[in-house]
Amino acid sequence: MKKIEAIIKPFKLEEVKDALTELGVYGMTVSEVRGFGRQKGHKEAYRGTEYTIEFVPKTKIEVVVSDTLADKVVETIIKTAKTGSIGDGKIFVHDLKDVVRIRTGETGDRAL
Amino acid sequence: MQARSGVKYAIGAVALVVMMSLVGPADAQVVSAPTAAPALKIDTGDTAWMLTSSALVLAMVMPGLALFYGGLVRGKNVLGTIMHSFIILCVVSLIWILWGYSLAFGPDRGGILGGLDWIGLNGVGGDPHPSYGPTIPHQVFMLFQLMFAAITPALVTGAFAERMRFSALLVFAILWSTLIYCPLAHWIWGGGWLAKLGALDFAGGAVVHISSGVSALACALILGRRQGYGTADLTPHNLPMTMLGTGLLWFGWFGFNAGSALGANALAGSAFLATNTAAAAAALSWMMAEWVQRGKPTVLGAASGAVAGLATVTPASGFVGPFSALLIGLVAGTVCYAAVVWKGRFGYDDSLDVVGIHGVGGVIGILATGLFASKLINSGGADGLFFGNPAQLGVQALTVGVSVVFAFVGTLILLKVIDWTVGLRVDAEEEQRGLDLSQHEERAYS
Repeated sequence: MKKIEAIIKPFKLEEVKDALTELGVYGMTVSEVRGFGRQKGHKEAYRGTEYTIEFVPKTKIEVVVSDTLADKVVETIIKTAKTGSIGDGKIFVHDLKDVVRIRTGETGDRAL
Repeated sequence: MQARSGVKYAIGAVALVVMMSLVGPADAQVVSAPTAAPALKIDTGDTAWMLTSSALVLAMVMPGLALFYGGLVRGKNVLGTIMHSFIILCVVSLIWILWGYSLAFGPDRGGILGGLDWIGLNGVGGDPHPSYGPTIPHQVFMLFQLMFAAITPALVTGAFAERMRFSALLVFAILWSTLIYCPLAHWIWGGGWLAKLGALDFAGGAVVHISSGVSALACALILGRRQGYGTADLTPHNLPMTMLGTGLLWFGWFGFNAGSALGANALAGSAFLATNTAAAAAALSWMMAEWVQRGKPTVLGAASGAVAGLATVTPASGFVGPFSALLIGLVAGTVCYAAVVWKGRFGYDDSLDVVGIHGVGGVIGILATGLFASKLINSGGADGLFFGNPAQLGVQALTVGVSVVFAFVGTLILLKVIDWTVGLRVDAEEEQRGLDLSQHEERAYS
């Protein structure tokens, strides 16, 4: 099993979710996060005082899938979340030891 | 960018020339005809309007100013900031009926202060007073003035936002209202020495805006900057809240200015028109100035401009016509914007820009009254420089000087005394946690 974590632009969330659901991903966890990479921050001005906002708002998607689906998922996220400009985000793929469904106690792929 | 800025300047210049040419003729229409000695008889229309105006000014304090300031601070200080305006309204409501009204408007004692004759509203009842609205109950005039006394110290709170101890705020509200507001209101409105010299301040350019603006400067200097000033992110937490506050301030300001006509009459209509015109012009001119200088028209800039225009036209609103008000608004928006930008160079932390908006706006407004005032608009007023009476500008300049020095020095002394006794500022850890938790043990958002 793999846990795939993707940091994407917030307005791309719906598109990515739809594409992943179509692929057969049954669940995901989404959080609003802030951070910076090469995009750095942006500037805001309030009554003439300028602030550099270093942490840019992003959306983090976490999905856990079977090994066979993992490459497909990564490919799909790249395809749907990409705008081609700086700040599109990153995808992190982790090996995952186990998953437990709390209601039934099922483990592994069957718990996904 | 360069070419677009050029176009903006050109549009501004053309508009200014057109306006200048309109000030004379259009503002020469007679709005209020000279009246004979007023008969003391209650008019129900006037009374209804003055009760309504008093409620409108209350809405400026709460929730208007509370939301305006509340949106501008960080989320951890929003309750504390709203509470400043709310509790000052409550404190001054009592001070005013106990002793404040008597000190400010009671029978004159040597031009300096009102006597104690009306303490506890003794003798302030349902019959009209000849100088304070001959067609409305004296008590209604007192109530209308109560709301002015309440909003003025509430305006000052923008200077010490996010770091004032709540107990110190209460003491400040009591002392400042009694020792700064009451004397100044007496000098200009209560038959005191500046009134006798002929100072014109229709609805409080000096009494309300200069006094709160320069007192705010004293507060910013004595309290010092907020932690993280210039380095940390101190950006407003909720600008839609600030926009709601702006709308309520504008709405309530019709009571403030048009209500200062003390009746439901043509002068009230004229002041209403001047008020609306200046607010709109200043919102646009602040926005344009910021657009030219920084490249973006900001929402907060437009809102700040509107409030600057409202503050600036306040002393003039009952003495000038609509095109004078338009010019006053255009100047207010640009000059107050410049003042707020320059604040950074002086390094004092007037957190919510009370000095740049109310102080500077008040000074421009009092001086502009000395330029644009016309007896054709208000026969009870005077002509300004542009209408053939240069002496009025001198009286207005004196009013500015006196108000600035008195409020600034007086507030410095008050703050020092409060600092030695109660302590003005929350400690460093309390400031980090925010006023909501440290002063009130509550959170705005959970």
